[in-house]
Amino acid sequence: MVAIPSIVVVGLIWLPALSSVVLSFTRWNGIGNLSAHDFVGLTNYRNIATNYPPFWPAMTHNLIWLLVMFFVATPAGMFLAVLLDKEIRGTRVYQMALYMPVVLSLALIGFIWQLIFSQQNGLLNAVTGSTIDWFGDQRYNLWAALVATSWRQVGYIMLLYLAGLKAVDHSLREAAAIDGCTESKAFFRVIFPVMRPINVIILVVTFIESLRAFDLVWIINRGRNGLELIATLVTQNVVGEASRIGFGSALATVMLLISSGFIVIYLRVVMKGDR
Amino acid sequence: MSRRTMLKGTMGAAALAALAACGSGSTSTSTGGATAGSKASGVVTFGSNQSDAVPKAAYAAFVKAYEAQSGGVTIQTNTVDHNTFQENINNYLQGSPDDVFTWFAGYRMRFFAEQGLAGDISDVWKNVTGMSDGFKAASTGTDGKQYFIPFDTYPWAVFYRPSVFKAKGYTVPKTMDDFYTLSAQIKKDGMVPLAFADKDGWPAMGTFDQLNLRLNGYDFHISLMAGKESWTDQKVKNVFDAWRKLLEVSQPDSLGRTWQEAAQSLQKNEAATYVLGMFVGQQFSAGADREDLDFFTFPEMDSTIGTDAIEAPIDGFMMSKKPKNEAGAKDFLTYLSTAAAQEVYVKSDPTVIAANSKADTSGYTALQKKAVEFIGNAKHISQFMDRDTRPDFASTVMIPAIQTFIGNPKDVDGLVNSIESQKKSIFAS
Repeated sequence: MVAIPSIVVVGLIWLPALSSVVLSFTRWNGIGNLSAHDFVGLTNYRNIATNYPPFWPAMTHNLIWLLVMFFVATPAGMFLAVLLDKEIRGTRVYQMALYMPVVLSLALIGFIWQLIFSQQNGLLNAVTGSTIDWFGDQRYNLWAALVATSWRQVGYIMLLYLAGLKAVDHSLREAAAIDGCTESKAFFRVIFPVMRPINVIILVVTFIESLRAFDLVWIINRGRNGLELIATLVTQNVVGEASRIGFGSALATVMLLISSGFIVIYLRVVMKGDR
Repeated sequence: MSRRTMLKGTMGAAALAALAACGSGSTSTSTGGATAGSKASGVVTFGSNQSDAVPKAAYAAFVKAYEAQSGGVTIQTNTVDHNTFQENINNYLQGSPDDVFTWFAGYRMRFFAEQGLAGDISDVWKNVTGMSDGFKAASTGTDGKQYFIPFDTYPWAVFYRPSVFKAKGYTVPKTMDDFYTLSAQIKKDGMVPLAFADKDGWPAMGTFDQLNLRLNGYDFHISLMAGKESWTDQKVKNVFDAWRKLLEVSQPDSLGRTWQEAAQSLQKNEAATYVLGMFVGQQFSAGADREDLDFFTFPEMDSTIGTDAIEAPIDGFMMSKKPKNEAGAKDFLTYLSTAAAQEVYVKSDPTVIAANSKADTSGYTALQKKAVEFIGNAKHISQFMDRDTRPDFASTVMIPAIQTFIGNPKDVDGLVNSIESQKKSIFAS
């Protein structure tokens, strides 16, 4: 019974991950077979840390990305879910409007934000009268991309959380109200703790989405010039003619290690709670 | 297939073949030579990256023209999206590639030849006529064999609107000093002297190439691209210093602008000049608009070096390592080297010119005619940074480095040190 899931997990997740770790110690260019002299030890990692200017900006950007998602986008999504849970008039319309960004194709999202952030024809500059080059200027483009990403993340988190809220037993709220809880108190003291499984899922979703952030910046400028992220660096090195498979794998391994860190923390929290 | 469509197809092919035949006098050498004894036949697969409607139709046209006179060889064209084709080239060539495929001359071709992923077509070259020695050299691998058939080319230069220059009384600058004098005047007239864009990462490479060719000459440029010179050399620093000065008259905020947008600012007369390939003309509408587009060579910066080196990338075709139909593939490649085949194509795209010198230029636009003369008079022709050096170096080191420079043009020393140490690690492998 366990055999099939095990084969799937080992074959589709562990083997590729491990081969990527092995490749990270080589200078393979993706052509022909690996041979012994392709192995270069830790050279790729040394080069990443000391001899690859985009790497440290990418790390910083990923961290900023995570912080903004964690402290701004996710709480905003949760807040909207709580509001929409109140059976206000037209709640469906609001839900649809907020969830819309999640179902739009990325090409379309890129285009929509181009309309807003474009320096010459963009809505933002037309309204505010500024001449800022939102996507081109290193000082602003990360924040512009974060606004666009949050726009999508908020709708996503909202839907997840709304589903959780709907599942909360109504009698709990009534009991809280009878005991004289204010609405915010009822939420933080009663509803929020009850929703623990959903909260954990949202936490994980937020971490994962921030670490693998890629598509939006790739559409904006292929993850260059102020929009470097680890995932875009991996792609730039591995995909295409560059073919620095070894170097790109080392970057991917770095990403794997960071996500493993989060996964370990997450598992410890979950297991501790279940005991 | 109904009888009628069949008939239509044959008629179309025949008409095209006839057209191609009257196009030039070189058709007599067009086919058959490569395979000497055995007559080619069967199906040849043809991998094309020309996914846009206009070039795709032009490819279909010369394929038809070829089939009409091939005596049995038929072509099965597999068209792949342009960017996808380029990004997957490694997997493509190692998988089951088409017999003949589109590619670029220079280092990019040599790289695959060295890896044993391209077929030797030296015997095809024995029957090729009308190609200059420069084109043959650009088609030759490091082992001295030929792996490439040049098909079309286009120059990089400084593009401008003759009507604007005439109206304002500007003259074409010969030297960089002239250019700066002119720039001051252009600024006074309320235009941007030099359009500039580098959002895509590669267009600014062309500016580096021009500056390096003018300041340090062709040999140094090619040797630098091959990884043989040090980027910390004072000569390279001079290029970046000159570029910093050029940035003062260039369109600002270039890192957020695509080359298409920069080309449109030239088209709308917001900018007076633009350093780009002749494909800049794609942003101009056909007719009077595009006829009002001309170019001059990048101005001289050192009189001892002059301006006889230019940049003109060559596009063309290669044969895969183990083609399923080698005789047919070589026969098709022989045809592709002829003026007749190239004439069919360049008619559809007036921003390129045929590689074969025998191609009939009477149907060319004024811009194409000028390009023929420009390339013909050049002593040295470079390809382009990402075609003259290793692809991994160009894309993972030079794109970020040039963008860093544009964002902060002051720290040249830090920049060249970083490029040099990354170059060492990449060229070592």
